[in-house]
Amino acid sequence: MLEQLQPGTELEGFRLGERAHSGAQGQIFRVLAPDQGFPTIMKVPRVGPGEPGENLISFETEAMILPALSGPHVPRFVAAGDLAKTPYLVTEWIEGESLEALLKRGPLPAVEVARIGAAIADAVHGLHLQDAIHLDLKPDNVVVKLDGAVALIDFGLAHHARYPDLLAEEKRFAAGSAPYVSPEQVLGTRSDPRSDLFALGVVLYEMATGELPFGIPATMAGLRDRLWLDPLPPRARSPELPPWLQEIILRCLEPRAADRYQSAAHLAFDLRHPEHVALTARARKSGRAGFFGQLLRWWRARGERPGPRLMPKAQVGTAPVIMVAVDTTHAHDPRQPLLQRATAQVLSLSADFRLVCVSVIGVGALKEGADVAGSASGVHLEHLVRLRHWVEPLGLPAHRLSLHVIESARPEPALLEFARRNHVDLIVIGAPGPAHQALGWWRSVASSVTANAHCSVYLVRIAPD
Amino acid sequence: MQPPIALFSDVHSNLEALEACLKHARDNGAARYAFLGDLVGYGADPVAVVETVQRFASEGAIAVKGNHDDAIENRAGYMNDATKDSIEWTRKALGPQHKAFLASLPLVWRDEGMCLVHASAASPERWDYVDGPSAARRSAEAAQAGYVFSGHVHEQLLYFESSLGKWSAFRPTPGSAIPVSRRRRWLALVGSVGQPRDGKAAAAYAMFDLLREQLTFHRVAYDQSVAAQKIRRAGLPESHAYRVERGI
Repeated sequence: MLEQLQPGTELEGFRLGERAHSGAQGQIFRVLAPDQGFPTIMKVPRVGPGEPGENLISFETEAMILPALSGPHVPRFVAAGDLAKTPYLVTEWIEGESLEALLKRGPLPAVEVARIGAAIADAVHGLHLQDAIHLDLKPDNVVVKLDGAVALIDFGLAHHARYPDLLAEEKRFAAGSAPYVSPEQVLGTRSDPRSDLFALGVVLYEMATGELPFGIPATMAGLRDRLWLDPLPPRARSPELPPWLQEIILRCLEPRAADRYQSAAHLAFDLRHPEHVALTARARKSGRAGFFGQLLRWWRARGERPGPRLMPKAQVGTAPVIMVAVDTTHAHDPRQPLLQRATAQVLSLSADFRLVCVSVIGVGALKEGADVAGSASGVHLEHLVRLRHWVEPLGLPAHRLSLHVIESARPEPALLEFARRNHVDLIVIGAPGPAHQALGWWRSVASSVTANAHCSVYLVRIAPD
Repeated sequence: MQPPIALFSDVHSNLEALEACLKHARDNGAARYAFLGDLVGYGADPVAVVETVQRFASEGAIAVKGNHDDAIENRAGYMNDATKDSIEWTRKALGPQHKAFLASLPLVWRDEGMCLVHASAASPERWDYVDGPSAARRSAEAAQAGYVFSGHVHEQLLYFESSLGKWSAFRPTPGSAIPVSRRRRWLALVGSVGQPRDGKAAAAYAMFDLLREQLTFHRVAYDQSVAAQKIRRAGLPESHAYRVERGI
């Protein structure tokens, strides 16, 4: 009966509207009623004789995983039909434009690639924190919403670490979409969140150049090429692209997952702060590795077997973003060394952190000089220098560190907004010192940050003498 | 309409663990109870455990027989000395009505698309371990049921069948409800209430909601030192106390 669905049909209480999509795997209808308070669609797989059974397994996988997901980056689950009788899935319809449609208009400027790329990385991070991995990230499955945020759709190949993986044994097609699939997926691993970062690297490459880094391989041998083959650097195709973007893209496309970003939050951070991207040889590459270079990559890939992994959330947790709030206005405050020491202790707990040092300076400070613009940049620069001076004793490599001076009359919301936007996992902040305690704890920046942060806060207090 | 069913296995005369799991299950909406064998053996409270299960059984709970329950009646040559010692001790501790109850338990219970069996359903009386995907397949095929629940192996594991008929194992996260569609076949090892062996001392059981097609594995913290002390005081082998304390 599912084959006869038409606009106007009623199925188990859902009244169907227009057909939004009809493809090899199934059909999608808008749902007119009942009203859920948001627009909805019904997805119906093609089943029955002559149809590949995998349609139904993907469908079963999506029906299993989607109800467990939440947040602004995934469609809301409404209902699922009995798989044996009437397999259907009713979910939220995400308003916006598919990245696929957007890319039809040609490659995007670097700024746009970074903006949309960061929004996709936000969505991927949100998914990984829920112990899920998309595993079929491609422009078709990315919807750019009206507010600029991104939602991911189609969880038919997804993996949820707390659920049995129904696709694990279905090697015929579990590998995802050929142009985007990660090397470890080609080898049959479906439990590594960094696979999504590889696919996102392909998407970034495509957004920036209009081309696919590995083409559209049609055979298993063609798919396996990416285990070692060095893609043509994006700047070799589009020389106007900035080196930082090439650095980011090629890092995502590293064949060994351990060489990529270890967390989508780190990727989002780099895309939002190009000036803080530490450039390596990747940024300077102008062509593929030579014959011997490729041979070496091939040789290394031979023994490459993805090891057992942590669950996605735990894996992402090994690569935290840590933010320290530094008061550069009172650079000689006796509490500074203590804050430094506490920060160093926190950093020693994880090998793959990203430290973000933030100082908020009052806007008032910038209005003192006659030449507002010149004075502003001067003041800004001076605080940056103080931040650098503050963090220097920690001896951190450039790619683990970034310094930010934010100008705002109200430090609390500025710090909190910055932390939230950049997926900060832990804020390190000093408690008010004896001199400030007269104001009362509840009026301090630290108390407000502690009360309202989206993440954990490490409050560093100096003991009174 | 079938309310959620709590599945307990391998209680092994550990009253503290059983009571903690029963309370946890009740607090989490269990309305039916099933005991998948090995009520006795190893632990120091066989009488209290058997009487608790007898009381539940009289109110409709399901109970099947495990190899330790069987060994009370029929001597088991395959057991090691420490295990035999505890069986011998248990035999003396139990009264005739307890022994009669254990002897009366069936090896297999089947209904509503479920099969409950202590070890492999392929030949329940042989007490074969379901120790891998192919053993799970054999048991599930013999069970003739979409859902098979077993114990005997003292760990929590969920086996399931792919569309190609191949079986895989999945290690569950405690407390996380797993959708288990009627469309496939599943075999769950619910873990051990009284003697977990995966390095964690917390008691293990599972809860199955047939209506919602959901299975949740649970771990329940309890005071294992009390159970271990009782084992020592009863003069039972030290290794049994140590296992209970450490979950090994």
